[in-house]
Amino acid sequence: MPTVSVKRDLLFQALGRTYTDEEFDELCFEFGLELDEITSEKEIISKEQGNVKAAGASDVVLYKIDVPANRYDLLCLEGLVRGLQVFKERIKAPVYKRVMPDGKIQKLIITEETAKIRPFAVAAVLRNIKFTKDRYDSFIELQEKLHQNICRKRALVAIGTHDLDTLSGPFTYTAKRPSDIKFKPLNKTKEYTACELMNIYKTDNHLKHYLHIIENKPLYPVIYDSNGVVLSMPPIINGDHSRITVNTRNIFIECTGTDFTKAKIVLDIIVTMFSEYCENQFTVEAAEVVFPNGKSYTFPELAYRKEMVRADLINKKVGIRETPENLAKLLTRMYLKSEVIGDGNQIEIEIPPTRADIIHACDIVEDAAIAYGYNNIQMTLPKTYTIANQFPLNKLTELLRYDMAAAGFTEALTFALCSQEDIADKLGLDISATKAVHISNPKTAEFQVARTTLLPGLLKTIAANRKMPLPLKLFEISDIVIKDSNTECIQYVGAKNYRHLCAVYYNKNPGFEIIHGLLDRIMQLLDVPPGEDKGGYVIKASEGPAFFPGRCAEIFARGQSVGKLGVLHPDVITKFELTMPCSSLEINIGPFL
Amino acid sequence: MEHQAVVGAVKSLQALGEVIEAELRSTKRWELTAEGEEIAREGSHEARVFRSIPPEGLAQSELMRLPSGKVGFSKAMSNKWIRVDKSAADGPRVFRVVDSMEDEVQRRLQLVQGGQAEKLGEKERSELRKRKLLAEVTLKTYWVSKGSAFSTSISKQETELSPEMISSGSWRDRPFKPYNFLAHGVLPDSGHLHPLLKVRSQFRQIFLEMGFTEMPTDNFIESSFWNFDALFQPQQHPARDQHDTFFLRDPAEALQLPMDYVQRVKRTHSQGGYGSQGYKYTWKLDEARKNLLRTHTTSASARALYRLAQKKPFTPVKYFSIDRVFRNETLDATHLAEFHQIEGVVADHGLTLGHLMGILREFFTKLGITQLRFKPAYNPYTEPSMEVFSYHQGLKKWVEVGNSGVFRPEMLLPMGLPENVSVIAWGLSLERPTMIKYGINNIRDLVGHKVNLQMVYDSPLCRLDAEPRPPPTQEAA
Repeated sequence: MPTVSVKRDLLFQALGRTYTDEEFDELCFEFGLELDEITSEKEIISKEQGNVKAAGASDVVLYKIDVPANRYDLLCLEGLVRGLQVFKERIKAPVYKRVMPDGKIQKLIITEETAKIRPFAVAAVLRNIKFTKDRYDSFIELQEKLHQNICRKRALVAIGTHDLDTLSGPFTYTAKRPSDIKFKPLNKTKEYTACELMNIYKTDNHLKHYLHIIENKPLYPVIYDSNGVVLSMPPIINGDHSRITVNTRNIFIECTGTDFTKAKIVLDIIVTMFSEYCENQFTVEAAEVVFPNGKSYTFPELAYRKEMVRADLINKKVGIRETPENLAKLLTRMYLKSEVIGDGNQIEIEIPPTRADIIHACDIVEDAAIAYGYNNIQMTLPKTYTIANQFPLNKLTELLRYDMAAAGFTEALTFALCSQEDIADKLGLDISATKAVHISNPKTAEFQVARTTLLPGLLKTIAANRKMPLPLKLFEISDIVIKDSNTECIQYVGAKNYRHLCAVYYNKNPGFEIIHGLLDRIMQLLDVPPGEDKGGYVIKASEGPAFFPGRCAEIFARGQSVGKLGVLHPDVITKFELTMPCSSLEINIGPFL
Repeated sequence: MEHQAVVGAVKSLQALGEVIEAELRSTKRWELTAEGEEIAREGSHEARVFRSIPPEGLAQSELMRLPSGKVGFSKAMSNKWIRVDKSAADGPRVFRVVDSMEDEVQRRLQLVQGGQAEKLGEKERSELRKRKLLAEVTLKTYWVSKGSAFSTSISKQETELSPEMISSGSWRDRPFKPYNFLAHGVLPDSGHLHPLLKVRSQFRQIFLEMGFTEMPTDNFIESSFWNFDALFQPQQHPARDQHDTFFLRDPAEALQLPMDYVQRVKRTHSQGGYGSQGYKYTWKLDEARKNLLRTHTTSASARALYRLAQKKPFTPVKYFSIDRVFRNETLDATHLAEFHQIEGVVADHGLTLGHLMGILREFFTKLGITQLRFKPAYNPYTEPSMEVFSYHQGLKKWVEVGNSGVFRPEMLLPMGLPENVSVIAWGLSLERPTMIKYGINNIRDLVGHKVNLQMVYDSPLCRLDAEPRPPPTQEAA
């Protein structure tokens, strides 16, 4: 969930009133926001870098507000204020207009070289804007928030904003070999080639995260004006030439990306949020984008869409009984201008360009419910009549757990993920023999594979509890995962869980008879008689690298092998950092369902 | 008479009950140790060293062989009674420095021996004690008087009732030793269930009481399709990032997917449909095939709902599951790479948000949580969505206890569920309420191989609706 931090006093000034922290928290809760933290720049710096560094920092109170991930229109002070003011019916939602310029329209021409790397671009102009320091900061911050969220760290969309008065159109969006791109980037004093820049930014804490997006491509995207001035090399950096300042009056905005829909949304959000400060409030000057196929489009789209929803549908989905007129009023408070039309039960809802999150009637239903107040909805119980069933494997597991404890064994709860070493090397096996599933992106060795046996987890539990009085008697009934090429398997994924029961006995003597006795007890509980006849169980001498030679047996029950028991090999004991003899038992309980 | 014998006799008389009364009065006194006795008799080690050195001196090696040699030498050196000539012809040689000396140590010890320990200063005594020549002993004295059941003939109290006493009836005439009811009993030898799984059992019980059927969740490995795409979670969603989800290298891809359904999901994502605008992006099958460790049990719920949709006619259901899920997250005191998710799902005609809130109220009441508040929220696959907050008396604030919502039509309709069927669902983690309930601050103290088994041995029954015991004092620290 993105967090927006705004200056409290600025926020209250824009809202036209003050709130206590509790009141504002309450308002946020009602609207679906969360006042996450009340802090100041000073406090933030002192927390992160210590009091000394914080000495000169600002004491201005900051509200950190958590915003739902799909509400891009609330990612800056301007949007938050507009949303809350409309919600509180203090203002009407503004209407955003795209206008044609008096003179020539700004043109952005996309060449076909961009197709393989970043094929889409959109653009618009904010004319006669008036920044202050706070507005300017908010403008920059919004771009950053959009980059981090909807733009997926610039991978899907990257935004460039430029002082239009320093440039001359038409603009060209193309892709070139990195060695052929040379310009002075933001915050640098001289020109560099794209290759040099990529090297320089490897150590830049902010920009290094974006390099991978184009790093290995033969061509890099780049935007020029008609004089060959570089506006930007998306998604990495803008040119210094066209940088905007607090004094910039006319802004050219370009968004390039791999996701056309998102690029259009991002552009719409920026211009709707900041056209508030234009001389003609809430109007945006159009720009033309010519695609390689020659087709030309005008942006920003600023599309208003009409949706029709029946009032009784909203009432039925929420569980309330409001008149269509009231529902229309509720929706209007959510920035969705609505009116009752037709037979008096239809509500026509206008979806503004700021609300890209409204893609279905259910989104409208939710907004009606929010405006109504979730906590005002009458709670009722569904009349759904059903008979409960347990999942048979879990039912058996539950029953066995209680009787394992009754047999004197204590339940452990260990991780399903572990290192290759745990399930292979430490048990004297080669990893390829385990049929384990492998994780491709583990952050540490603890998460390399899913366990193929419960034994390592129990042995690690003992190792962490060596100070406890002996004997230690532990068990676990849980799932292990094995690769499975059986395509009949209902899961279709190429791997399968098996429910295992594992028990260990750790003492000064190996206690094979105790583990063996536990097996006899388990079989008694499962109503499996001793004996080799079908339906019975028997153990037969066997061997395995984890077991002491001659002290291992395979367990056969109901005509199939279900597991092994035995005295652990001293090498296994040592590798798990244990010092005493230990016997163990592990069976698959699936066959006993 | 030996002192200890008297003490023993007094104690065994006391054990008989009220025969005597004995008041303990202990006194302390100083006594010489065996070595102290020897020194009082024969002089300190340093004095003995001094005396053994003739005027012409003595080879150091020879001196060291004397019984008092080693200790006495260094003391005599530091007292400056003797000196060592290292340049002597046949090795270092020790000479007297003074003609005579006072053996203070011997004198002091003799004082103590003569019962005049108080004549020594605190410092002198402690120095002698450090040299292990003197020891402080506590002398137990009893002031003995007749007890209420005083008698000159004693009979031993019986400790326990025996079968013989019962058959002979002798228990009637015998005194029995009283029990010490302040002592602890002997804990039974037993196995123990893990506290988190005890809580899991209670949650299962609650769902079963409410008529919910358990869904199969025994597949940790899931395709991206069921984990994300089927839930209408777009392919560029941050949760599908390598930083949040464990993907599999082997088996990397799910080979079989229900292709008809996959096509409908693809269309809904990329073009919309079922009344939706869709996300308008290029949906890729390869991305959907990517295997992962499921990030939520909602993937299992999606499978269950898909199976339900294939059964005609539709029958209403209530489902639940509690099982492990996996996140490739940054680990801290409350986050592990795996945890248990609890999920409840109801599918029926005409379910409302009010129904969801009503069923949540019943569910949480069974957990002993009655003060609830609902906050609008955003989840990719539910709309409307609401976070559930409860007022925590201990923390004096509203804390989030679960997340809930109505599954989006873009998720349900491609499965083939009828249009007027709504599915309401909620989820929470098993670990968090358990940690709050038992006042555990670090999740590693609850889950995994590093837990202290003593905690498992000592954990009480899980009764979720019972009043919680006061938080442990360590939390206050």
